[in-house]
Amino acid sequence: MTPAPAPLLEVEGLTAGYGRVAVLHGVSLSVAPGRILAIVGPNGAGKTTLMSAVVGLLPRQGRVRFAGAAAGSTEALATAGAVLVPETRALFADMSVADNLLLGTWPRRGDARATASAFRDVYALFPRLEERRGQRAATLSGGERQMLALGRALMSRPRLLLLDEPSLGLAPRIVRDIFRVLAGLRAQGLAILLVEQNARAALDIADDGCVLEMGEVVLRGPSAALAGDPRVIATYLGTGSSG
Amino acid sequence: MTLFVFLALLQDGLATGAIYLLLAVGLLIVFSVTRVIFVPQGDLLAFATLTVAQLEAGQVPGTLWLLDGLALAAVLAEAYRGRRPRVLAFWLLFPAAVTAATLWGPRAAPLLAVPLGLAVVTPLGPLLWRFAFRPVSDAPVLTLLILAMALHFVLAGIGMVLFGADGATVAPLSGATLMLGPLAVSGQSLAILVVAAILVGALRWFFGATLAGKALRAAASDRLGARLVGIDAADSGARAFALAAFVAALSGVLIGAATPIAYDTGFEISLKGFVAAIIGGLASYPAAAAGAILVGVLESLGSFWASAWRDVIVFALLIPALALLSLRAAGRK
Amino acid sequence: MILPAYAVTLAGYVGLAAIVAIGLVLLTGVAGQTSFGQASFVGLAAYATALLPDVMPGAPPLLGLLAGLVLTGAVAWALGLITARLSGHFLALCSVAWGISFYSLFGTLPGLHGFNGIGGIPPLGLGPFSAADPAVNVAVIWAAVLLALLGARNLLGSRTGRALRTLAAERDMAESMGIATVRLARAVFVLAALLAALSGFLFAHFQRFISPTPFGLTASMEYLFMVILGGAAHLPGAILGAVLVVVLREELTDWVPRLTGATGSYEAMAFSLVVILFLQRAPAGLWPWLVRRSPAVRRAPAPKQQAMPPPATTPHTGVVLEVAGISKRFGGLMANNAVSFAVGAAEIVALIGPNGAGKSTLFDIVSGQQRPTAGTVRLFGRVLGHLPARRIAALGLARTFQHVRLLGGMSVRDNIALGAHLAGRAGMLRAILRLDRAEEARLLAIAEAAAARVGLAEMLDLPADSLPLGQQRVVEIARALCLGPRLLLLDEPAAGLRHQEKQALAALLRQLRAEGMAVLLVEHDMGFVMDLADRVVVMDFGQKIAAGPPAAVQRDRAVQEAYLGGVA
Repeated sequence: MTPAPAPLLEVEGLTAGYGRVAVLHGVSLSVAPGRILAIVGPNGAGKTTLMSAVVGLLPRQGRVRFAGAAAGSTEALATAGAVLVPETRALFADMSVADNLLLGTWPRRGDARATASAFRDVYALFPRLEERRGQRAATLSGGERQMLALGRALMSRPRLLLLDEPSLGLAPRIVRDIFRVLAGLRAQGLAILLVEQNARAALDIADDGCVLEMGEVVLRGPSAALAGDPRVIATYLGTGSSG
Repeated sequence: MTLFVFLALLQDGLATGAIYLLLAVGLLIVFSVTRVIFVPQGDLLAFATLTVAQLEAGQVPGTLWLLDGLALAAVLAEAYRGRRPRVLAFWLLFPAAVTAATLWGPRAAPLLAVPLGLAVVTPLGPLLWRFAFRPVSDAPVLTLLILAMALHFVLAGIGMVLFGADGATVAPLSGATLMLGPLAVSGQSLAILVVAAILVGALRWFFGATLAGKALRAAASDRLGARLVGIDAADSGARAFALAAFVAALSGVLIGAATPIAYDTGFEISLKGFVAAIIGGLASYPAAAAGAILVGVLESLGSFWASAWRDVIVFALLIPALALLSLRAAGRK
Repeated sequence: MILPAYAVTLAGYVGLAAIVAIGLVLLTGVAGQTSFGQASFVGLAAYATALLPDVMPGAPPLLGLLAGLVLTGAVAWALGLITARLSGHFLALCSVAWGISFYSLFGTLPGLHGFNGIGGIPPLGLGPFSAADPAVNVAVIWAAVLLALLGARNLLGSRTGRALRTLAAERDMAESMGIATVRLARAVFVLAALLAALSGFLFAHFQRFISPTPFGLTASMEYLFMVILGGAAHLPGAILGAVLVVVLREELTDWVPRLTGATGSYEAMAFSLVVILFLQRAPAGLWPWLVRRSPAVRRAPAPKQQAMPPPATTPHTGVVLEVAGISKRFGGLMANNAVSFAVGAAEIVALIGPNGAGKSTLFDIVSGQQRPTAGTVRLFGRVLGHLPARRIAALGLARTFQHVRLLGGMSVRDNIALGAHLAGRAGMLRAILRLDRAEEARLLAIAEAAAARVGLAEMLDLPADSLPLGQQRVVEIARALCLGPRLLLLDEPAAGLRHQEKQALAALLRQLRAEGMAVLLVEHDMGFVMDLADRVVVMDFGQKIAAGPPAAVQRDRAVQEAYLGGVA
């Protein structure tokens, strides 16, 4: 493994929550280009809150830096190249697949050539989307919806992808396909922050891992080491063959 | 009632209905993008009629200074927060250009008065959004509605200060009368229908074929998704308010040729657009169109039979419409 | 003490406004239904009492009160048939419609004297006593204010008061606790209208002249402003708001023309500006702000209740729940496709499957929140058909929700007591008159017993939203237990719990099973499920793919492929 380059995303002492309840308590982490950091932990540990706070959907206390500058609003981050794919996918349900993808180019709007090449690349990654390009997003299956959400995020050629539960509600075969795509994107230099309940699958693909529990990072390290850590196995992977 | 009277009333009703349709469309755009029920749309309508009327009389309308003052405040506020220079430049240059054209141009010229009036009133939409709604854009719909009602009272007060209590009319787009057999069709009615049709067509093109229009639809379809692809929520809100304000201003110019409009007339007119929008379920444009025509025709017929009851008839319509809507919502479950 | 006449008059107007505002606090602040039409109800009663002598010469003024209350109550009830089903902004818009319609009617109906108004209304009187003296009149008004305040406070501290708080945002949850939300929404709407009517009656006899003007949309807005400025959810805020708005209005109508030389009603404009600033900067209003600033007022600890077990139920024997061929279609998505299974008494059945497999939809169908596209649900031998959720709750089914549905600012105790709603009968009137104390103590005792059972006894007084999410789920379980159910539906009860807490939850569920309760649960924690459940039903993409004892299900190839199988 090559030594990690300078981090693209740096989070230090991040505290955030909803209303009265702070869900995150001083979380620190960093992601470098070409690497995948997996955040694992049980339901309710604060994984989604972490993602929302990093991209500025929730008020945040602490330091979040992207590409060497203090992170701004969600929109500003998207323009700067850090795009979140949320658990809900947040597709434009009434609009066609092609329009959903087209709107993904918003940060680079006006550049027709870049738009055309982005469409080519995303359709090459997910041929299914090209077959369905005229269909409304609301009519897609779960797997297609996730492909569209991922594809829309890739249209602006981001440098960092934040993926919240990409395997949610998907058949294992589709999850395998999507994780294969993620590995390919990493090879092209994309940084990925991955939140997953399916801890084993996440740690398998990631370079590094963090275990989040009750809003704090309780364990961190290379993902291979984490996957073998008895504490992780006992607490998060459960007994038997459960994921 | 003879057939001719009926046809004449129908013609009136269709023209008024077209205006309500425009207002309903404006309301729907603003609501779907920002969840604000834009009650003050009616006040902007009245501002437009009164502004154009003053321009046609060669006066400098007070709304011009309102525009300049709000735009300046916006520039200062945005500069303080270090926002994008393009936004600042727009809010400096556009009002300056409009002000210069009004003060030193031939403002009373028929070809200039209407565009100038629209240019004065339209930017008030995004400015109202900027100061009244944007600071609380995540608040519940109900809070936004109360805010909108309060804003209506503020604007009505300003309208009273700037224009006084008297109503005014503007020059019609067309003074011609067409004879269709024994039936007189007023050119202004036709003009209203034509302008409304053109505007609806233009809006369809904007939302269906342009990236900016699609971005606005995206913001209405999924607010989170729009923010995640970088479509600025505040900008979308401003664009929606600009569209609605433009539609309101144009409606003011169209309706103001036939009916005198005072500072407080706009509210009721926009409420009728509202009834149409509600009949459309605050969601569907074709249903809103049918609702608007229905309201216009009913009002027109109502004024013939029982003019004192006209408003009661129209507003009472809202109650069963809402009941139907809630039944439909319950049925979906 | 001799007050200047101006101050007395002002105090009268403040009191009159406060009565309407108290009703609006209940309707808008607590129950979340905004009305821009309260002034219409004030007007209806004012016209009723003013016109009564025309209809019934020599009728005493107090009969006017009755006429006003009956007329307003009837109109509000009829409007309520529609509005009680409307939520949020739809109701508010509807109120604009009737606000304008009534105002227009007051001005046009023959016999109401148009905008000239009706003069010569007699002062209040009872037998030989006449309240011609404004000071006496004001005293009567303020006595009414105090009574309204007291009644409203009693109401809020009752079973019905708790249920009212669910109307704003948690109607589905309330229905599944057995609360008839539509009827309740109509009741509070009528109550607020009656308070407005009381104010209208007093207004007519205080001012002794009425015209449509004070019953228009502007007046309705001012009532709403009072509530917003004072603090929508707080009764004292109504008084505070009434003082502010009425006094400011009087002062502004005095000062603005002097300052600007202009005449016209600018006070509405001034208030509106203030209200906009308030909504932007302090949406909770003035009262909570004042309370925070003042030295802490400690609430007296609630009297110790004898803890009481949840309502006893005879456990059902045999098959409790039978789901047969249930399908549910949302547009193009088949959320459930011909799912069948059964749950017996004293049995724990786990429903598992990947997220999005249709488990929560199935829960919603069983508990009556959703209707199936096809298939039947049989509960305790009875086909549910189109039975609403609250009826199903009354049959003995209680549930928790995947996304916690608690009233955040309300205490844990009150949240749990919502589940005991069906164990009481006291309605609005008994609550207002405080005749519900014995029953209320019993309901709270049930809640405390349920809390003790799930280990929340120490947290009863905390606001529910101050608990960690896992504990909030446990509050939901306690709330469900208060219904005394025979079938318990738990949606991800162990999510967010620590290891020990999960053990405690499992022990509780085993104990409930031993008592004969049937439990159906959705859960992702496989260790928890496999240890606890008697049988497991596995769903994937809306279909049942396996069912049987945990060990057998774990060995099932289809299950491993769909759910337990990793990705690598």
